[in-house]
Amino acid sequence: MASAEARQRASVQPRLVLERISKRFGNKRANDRISLEVRPGEIHALLGENGAGKSTLMKVLYGVHAPDGGRILWQGREVSIPGPGAARQLGIGMVFQHFCLIERLNVQDNLRLALPELTEGEIQRRFERLGERLQLKASLRARVSGLSAGERQRVEILRCLMADVALLILDEPTSVLTPPEATALMRGLKRLAQDGCSILFISHKLAEVERLCDRATVLRGGKWVGTVPLAETSRAELVAMMIGKTLASLPARPRAPAGETLLEARFGKCGRLKRAEFSLSGGEIVGIGGVAGSGEQELLQLISGERRGAAHRLVFFGQEIGAAPVQRRRALGIRSLPLDRIGQGAVPSLSLAENFLLTHHGWGAWIDGPWVNWAEVGARAEQALAGYDIQAASSATPAGELSGGNLQRFLVARELLGEPRLLACHNPTWGVDPAAKSRIHEGLLNACAAGAAVLLLSEDIDELFSLCDRLGALCNGHLSPVLPKAEVTPEIMGHWMTGHGDP
Amino acid sequence: MDIHLAADLLHAALRAGTPLALCALGVLVAERAGVLNLGQEGIMLMGAVTGFAISLETGSHAAGALAAIAVGALMGALFVLLTLPLRANPVASGLALAVFGSGLCAFVGSGYVGSSLQGIAVAAIPWLSELPLVGKALFAQDPLLYAAWALALGIGLTLHRTRFGLVLSAVGEDPEVAHRLGVRVLPMRAAMACLGAALTGLGGAYLSLAYTPLWTEDMTSGRGWIALAMVVLAGWRTGSVLLASYLFGFFSILNLLMQDMGWSVSPNLLSMTPYVLCLAALIALSSQGRFSDRRAPGALGQNFHKEG
Amino acid sequence: MIRLEKRAQPARSMLLLAPLTALLLTLVTGVALFAALGQPPLPVLKAFFIDPVRDAYGLSELLLKATPLLLCAAGLSLCFRARIWNIGAEGQFLLGCLCSGAAALAFNDANLQGLARLAGVAAGLGAGMAGGLLWAGLVALLRHRFNCSEILTSIMLNYVALHLLMWAVHGPLKDPEGFNFPESALLANPLLLPAIADGYRTHVGFIAALALLAAFGLVGGRTLVGFQLRVMGESASAARYAGFSQGGLLWLALLGCGAAAGLAGAFEVLGPVGQLTPHLSSGYGFAAIIVVFLGRGHPLGMLLAALLQALTFIGGENLQIEFGLPKSIAQIFQGLLLFYLLAADALIHYRPALHKPVVRIAA
Repeated sequence: MASAEARQRASVQPRLVLERISKRFGNKRANDRISLEVRPGEIHALLGENGAGKSTLMKVLYGVHAPDGGRILWQGREVSIPGPGAARQLGIGMVFQHFCLIERLNVQDNLRLALPELTEGEIQRRFERLGERLQLKASLRARVSGLSAGERQRVEILRCLMADVALLILDEPTSVLTPPEATALMRGLKRLAQDGCSILFISHKLAEVERLCDRATVLRGGKWVGTVPLAETSRAELVAMMIGKTLASLPARPRAPAGETLLEARFGKCGRLKRAEFSLSGGEIVGIGGVAGSGEQELLQLISGERRGAAHRLVFFGQEIGAAPVQRRRALGIRSLPLDRIGQGAVPSLSLAENFLLTHHGWGAWIDGPWVNWAEVGARAEQALAGYDIQAASSATPAGELSGGNLQRFLVARELLGEPRLLACHNPTWGVDPAAKSRIHEGLLNACAAGAAVLLLSEDIDELFSLCDRLGALCNGHLSPVLPKAEVTPEIMGHWMTGHGDP
Repeated sequence: MDIHLAADLLHAALRAGTPLALCALGVLVAERAGVLNLGQEGIMLMGAVTGFAISLETGSHAAGALAAIAVGALMGALFVLLTLPLRANPVASGLALAVFGSGLCAFVGSGYVGSSLQGIAVAAIPWLSELPLVGKALFAQDPLLYAAWALALGIGLTLHRTRFGLVLSAVGEDPEVAHRLGVRVLPMRAAMACLGAALTGLGGAYLSLAYTPLWTEDMTSGRGWIALAMVVLAGWRTGSVLLASYLFGFFSILNLLMQDMGWSVSPNLLSMTPYVLCLAALIALSSQGRFSDRRAPGALGQNFHKEG
Repeated sequence: MIRLEKRAQPARSMLLLAPLTALLLTLVTGVALFAALGQPPLPVLKAFFIDPVRDAYGLSELLLKATPLLLCAAGLSLCFRARIWNIGAEGQFLLGCLCSGAAALAFNDANLQGLARLAGVAAGLGAGMAGGLLWAGLVALLRHRFNCSEILTSIMLNYVALHLLMWAVHGPLKDPEGFNFPESALLANPLLLPAIADGYRTHVGFIAALALLAAFGLVGGRTLVGFQLRVMGESASAARYAGFSQGGLLWLALLGCGAAAGLAGAFEVLGPVGQLTPHLSSGYGFAAIIVVFLGRGHPLGMLLAALLQALTFIGGENLQIEFGLPKSIAQIFQGLLLFYLLAADALIHYRPALHKPVVRIAA
C-alpha cells in the first residue's frame, strides 16, 4: 500500500497547497501572502499567538471568507472555494472552536443536516461504528444542548469522518477539553492520520503540537514566518518564531504583605455553578482554572452582582453583600471584567468615552445630578488610553474599532482607574497580542501591589501558574480547594479540572 | 342549545378562523426561517383588495385568489429587498410595510367601498355533508377553505417531517451554523419570506372573496397583527397554529351566539374580545415560556450576513 | 454585480443625506404615481406639498397637525433609544382622548370661570395623561412581569383602546341631543385650550409639545438616564454588567411615552376637535414612528420630520377636495418615505462596490 513509489508521488504532490493567500478586514491585514502545504497522512500544525491570523486562514480555506488574493491548490489542481459546501465537496472538513452544531436539534438531525447524501439508516450504521472508535457514548436522539463540550467535539469530528474527508481542520480543539480528554483526542487523531487522512491542527500550545504533529507552519501578525519539521526544531526556536523576539519575563513580583481577608464567598447552585467556597485576601492573586462552561461565568457574575440570590453568601470586609446589586458592590470597590469584551464589557458601537462611563456612572466629577459632563468623561477615558499606551484612538473612537488587545488594555485601564479593592477577571488575555498580554499582566500585578485582591479565572494554565499565589479549579460547577501555588502541580490542576476525587 | 345552532356555529367558526389561519401559517413559515415580518396587516389588506378587485373585474374567483397570492409575494419581496441586501432594521421595515399596505389598500379600495361580490360558492361533499353536527362544518364549505386545509397539511408535513423542514429550522435557529454547513441562508430566508407573505395575501383574499364579499375599508380589522400573536401562542408549531386560529375564529363569532341567547352586549365591546383574549392568552402562556419547545426560533428577527 | 461593503466608519454625511435622498425619491415616485393615475403630476404635487402652506393660516394648520405627532414622537424616541418597540402610541393617544374627554365632559358648562374653569382644563389634561400612562403601563407590566413581546401587546392595546372609544361614543358618552350621531357633546368654550393668536386654530399645546420635545431630547442626549437607555438598546448584557436597572428603564421609557401620547390625545380633544368622535386620530401614533426614524430620534430632526408628516396629512386632505383622490394617499407617502429611508440608511454603514472576482497573483 504505502509503497516507496506512492510515498514518492505523495511527496511531489501535496494534498493541499495555499499560495500567497491574503485577506483583509477594513484596514487590518488578517492574512498577508501566507503559503502553506499539507501532505497526505500528515498532521500539520498551524502555530501562532492569538491574533496571528490562523483562524482567518482556515476560514478562507473552508470557504467562510473569500480571499482578497492568492490561490488554493487541492490535489494539484487549482480550485476556488466559494463556500463551506464546496470545501466539503472537495473532502475538507473543519471542526471549529465554536462548535458548528445547532443546540436545539438532536445529534441525528445535526448529522442529517450536514450529510444530505446519507440515508438515515446509513447515518445510524456509521454513527455506531465510528462512535465506538471515538468512544462517544451519546445517543443519536440526545439533544446537543445536553452534551458536554468533549462530546460535542466528538460529534463534530465524527460528522467530518462520516463525510469521508481527506483533510480535517481542527481549530484549537483542546481548549475546551480536560487533559485526559485531550490525550484521548490526540490518540484518535494519530490513528486517523495513519489511515491516510491529512490533519491541520491549529494551536498555540507548543507541548501538544510537539507531541502530535509532523511539521509546523508558524504565523505571526498575519504573516508567514516559516514551516519547520518538528523533530528537528527546538521549542525555543518555535517560541522565537511565534513571538518574534524573546519577551521580557514577567516583572519580579513584589511580595505583598499578607493582607487581611477581604472577601469570603460561599455560593450555592446557580446555572452551571453548583458549589464554590473560597476567600480572598488583599495583595494576592488567586487563580481558578477550568475548561469553558464549568461554571466560571456564573462565578464571576455572582461576585460582580449580575447574579445574586439568597443561596449565595458573600462577605466583603465583614459586610454581607450577597444581595447587593452591581452598583453598590462597585461602590465598595468590587470590579469585574467579563469574558465577552465586545457586547458585555464594552459596547462596540459606543465611543470609548461612553464605554468608560459604563462602569463609572455611580459617582465622579463627571456626574452632576442627572447630567453627564461628557468633556470630563472624555478626559478620563483619554487618561485610561494614555496610561496604557493605546495609540491611534481617542475617546471618541467607537470601541468596536479597536483591536482585541487594545480594547482589552482599555478595559483593564478603565477598571483599574476605579481603584478596585477586588478585581475579578475572566480570561483577560484571551485572544490578545503578546505585548498587550504582558501589559495586562503588569496591570494586574500593580493592582495587587497596591493592596487589591485579584481573582483570575483563566483557561490558560501557564498564565495561572506564572501569576497566581493560590490556585484552584472548577469542574462541572464544583470548585476544588484553593491551595498555595507551592502545593499545586500541573498534574494536580489536571485532576481538579477533570473532577478527579470530587463527587 | 339545539344541534342546528351548534352546527351553524361550528360552520361559521371555521370560516371565521380560516383567514387568520392562512395568515398565521404564512407568519409561521417565515418565522421558522428566522424572518420576522411585522407587516402582515398591510400584506393581508393588499391581498384582500387585490382579490376583491380582480374577481370583480374578471368575474373569476380563482384569478382573484391568484392575484392576491402574487401581490402578497411581491410585498414579501419588498421586505426581503429591504432587510436582506440593504440590511435594514426588520422591525422598522415591517412597520413600513404595514403603513404602506394599509394606505395603498385604502387607496385602491376607495372606488369599491360598498360594492359587493358573489362570494365563493359552497361545494358540499355529497353524503358526508349530511352528517349531524360536523357534516355542514367540515364538508359543506367553499373550495378555498379546503385549499387552505390542504396547504396547512402540506406545510405541517414539510416543516416537521422532511429534510427541507430540517434545513429551514437550522436557518431559523442558527444561520451562522447553517451557513457553515453549506446551507444557502439568504436565498432560503428570501424564499420563505415571500412564501409567507403570499399565504398572508391569500388569507386576505379569503376575507374579501368568501368570508365577507362586501368591500369595506379596514377589511382585516387587525387580523394580521393577531396572526403574529397566534404564532407566538402556538409555540411555532403548525398544529397549534391552526388550533389557535380556529379558536379565535370561534370567539370572534360569539356575538352570533349571544344574540341567539338574547343577551345584549354592545357590539363595540364585543369586537374588543379577540384582542383582549389575545392579551389574556399571551399572559397565560408566559408562565410556560420556559419550556424550550415553545421558544421562538433562535435567530428570529436577527439579520444574517455572510462574512467576507 | 454590486454588493455592499462595510465601511470602516459609519459615514456621517449619510446621516443627513439619507433622509433627504429618501424625500427626493418619494417625490419622484409620487410624480410617477400621479402620472400613472392620469392626473397632472405637478399640479397634484403642488396641491399636496405647496398649497397647504401658502399662507399664515395654512402654516398654523401645519403646526396644529404637527402637535400630536411631536408629542408621540418625543415619547417614542425614548422607547426606541432603548430598542423597546412600543407600537402603541396610537392606543395611548386614543385612551388619552377618551379619558380626557370623559373628564372634561364632567365639567362641561359654558359658564365655567376662574378656579372651576382651571380645574376643568386641568382635569381634562390630567386625565388624558393618566389614560396614556395606564395604557403604556400595561405594556410595561406585561413585558416586565410576564415577558410578553411589547410589539404584540402594544398593538393589541391599540385596538382595545379604539373599541373602548367607539363604545363610549356609541354608549355612555353619546350626546343625548346629538341626533343619534356617535359623538359626545361639544365641550364648552371655557374648557378649550386658548389659541396662540386670534383667527388661528393652533393652540398653546404646540408650545407645550415643543417644550416636551426639547425636554425629552435633553433627557435622551445629556443625562445619565438617556445614556442608560442607549446602552440597554445596544446590548442588554452590557447594561446588566454596568449595573443599570433594566426593569426601571423599561418602565421609565414606556411611561414617558404614555404620558406624552396621552397628553397629545387630551390636546386634540381640548383643542381643535372639542368633543369625542370615532375619528379622533388619523393614525398619529403610527405616523409618529416614522417621524422618529426620519428625524433620527434627534429633537430638531424630529421637529422637521413631524412638520413633513403633518404636511402629508393636510396635503392628502387637500387632494381629496381638489382632485377627488382618496386621502389615504398620505399613508402611501408615509410608507414610501420610510421604505426609502430604510434603504438609504444602508449607505451609512455600507458602501456599494463592484463585486470583484478573486484576484489571482501569478506564481
